[in-house]
Amino acid sequence: MEKELCFLTVIGRDRKGIIARISDILYKDNINIEDVEMKVMEGYFVMSMFVDVSNANVSMDKLREQMDEVEREMNLKIQLQHEDIFKAMHRI
Amino acid sequence: MTYSLEEVYETVRMTLQENFDIRTVTLGINLKDCVDSNIRTFRDNIYNRITPYAKRLVSAADEIEKKYGIPIINKRISVTPIGIISEGLDQGDILAIAQTLDDAARDAEIDFIGGYGSLVQKGMTVGDKKLISSLPEALSSTKRVCSFVNLASSQAGMNMDAILLMGHTIKEISKRTERGVGCARLVVFANAPEDNPFMAGAFHGIGEPDFSLNVGISGPGVIRSVVEKNPDCDITSLSEIIKKTAFKITRAGELIGKELASSLGVPFGIVDLSLASTTAVGDSVARIIEAMGIERIGAHGSTAALALLVDAVKKGGAMASDHVGGLSGTFIPVTEDKAMAEAVRDGALSLEKLEAMTAVCSVGLDMFLVPGSTKAETISAIIADELSIGVVNNKTTGVRIIPVPGAKPGDWVDFGGLLGGGPVMRLSGFSSSPFITRGGRFPNTITNLRN
Repeated sequence: MEKELCFLTVIGRDRKGIIARISDILYKDNINIEDVEMKVMEGYFVMSMFVDVSNANVSMDKLREQMDEVEREMNLKIQLQHEDIFKAMHRI
Repeated sequence: MTYSLEEVYETVRMTLQENFDIRTVTLGINLKDCVDSNIRTFRDNIYNRITPYAKRLVSAADEIEKKYGIPIINKRISVTPIGIISEGLDQGDILAIAQTLDDAARDAEIDFIGGYGSLVQKGMTVGDKKLISSLPEALSSTKRVCSFVNLASSQAGMNMDAILLMGHTIKEISKRTERGVGCARLVVFANAPEDNPFMAGAFHGIGEPDFSLNVGISGPGVIRSVVEKNPDCDITSLSEIIKKTAFKITRAGELIGKELASSLGVPFGIVDLSLASTTAVGDSVARIIEAMGIERIGAHGSTAALALLVDAVKKGGAMASDHVGGLSGTFIPVTEDKAMAEAVRDGALSLEKLEAMTAVCSVGLDMFLVPGSTKAETISAIIADELSIGVVNNKTTGVRIIPVPGAKPGDWVDFGGLLGGGPVMRLSGFSSSPFITRGGRFPNTITNLRN
């Protein structure tokens, strides 16, 4: 099955358990993490997970709802975006 | 990773912090084949053509917004100029069509539907005159219908009779709507583009196919942010920085437009890369000019700064998309851009400077307030001035003027919502009536004799 890749980007203050909390959700949703990168930029903790949602057992709406809950709980901003938008904006 | 974290962060930051959005996706719909000699059937045809597509537009746009995490703010419909399909109808039936458009938009949850207008740059037919006469009633009795009248073109010159008529019409609309706000749904143009996705002036041109999906991208906040990060670079580098950013946001707009068109099964039309301010703090074209080093918009240097901005946006956008069209430039509305309105209030920006700035950008004199007591001929003279800039320079210019009943210069008027608010502007106290009431056709310019 062809992969369907999205970026899940987390911005906020660094704290314990961010990766654990998010990867636990992704595991249960059957979403594979292809790559992870993180760094402090402009004073923010920024983490980007490159995930394959092609075998996900939940809808994208449901995944978004789950992330909304993590946002509230851990005071973060989480953005979920299809890979194509990055291809369009950053590759000629 | 395929993309660096910096690249990912840049895109995410644009939407989360800098108000980057797709300002509008506008589906153009042909209504020419809806014509029927029975007005009831005619109206049903229009309603049945628009409504299912408009509903699908809304749901498909919502899905794509979620997929890419980029907000799509407005979903709108433009239709064949009603003046073309309403020839031969009496005024009551033309008004009934306005009502049908309003009903279709309401039932599909579309906030604005454009195209209730005519192209009269060279002359008015009996039908055009009826449509124009219907505007005060049409705009005061509907909520979602938007209107345009193309009064001039570089090819035809200016229709001074129609310009005079529009001065009176605008005054009448103002009287019949609260604080004159009905005038916010009417744009008069020179060289009106047939594929413009932005309201109030959007219509589905006569050279267009049955359907066409046009996208208006925006992002003054994104451009302002990169300009602010480069306070000391020279003008050449500044242009380069803006160009690169415009490229990225246009690419995002094109991706979303093409995907939306394909999901609706309609042809993709154009990307209109116009920076469009909103009343949100920082989402302002005026703030970009100020970030470039102009203390307040309207100060000397503002026209040059705006020219630089518009040129860089166009170059970046043209590189990013094969189908750039519509207005493609920069809006400089007064009430919809908080920093513009405040510049007028503080005496930094006059109507004369605003007019000068419109010579280097789209869209013309937009969303500005004048006293309700302004004579119709003066409104026509303001329109003639602005449209002559478009005619002579082969560009689109427009006027969206709001005479506010009972208001005097300096009064602050709030419309709320997307329309914002601002101060009533001061006009020249001297008369232009003898010139304007001459009527006739203003010749096209010699630069247009190119065949």
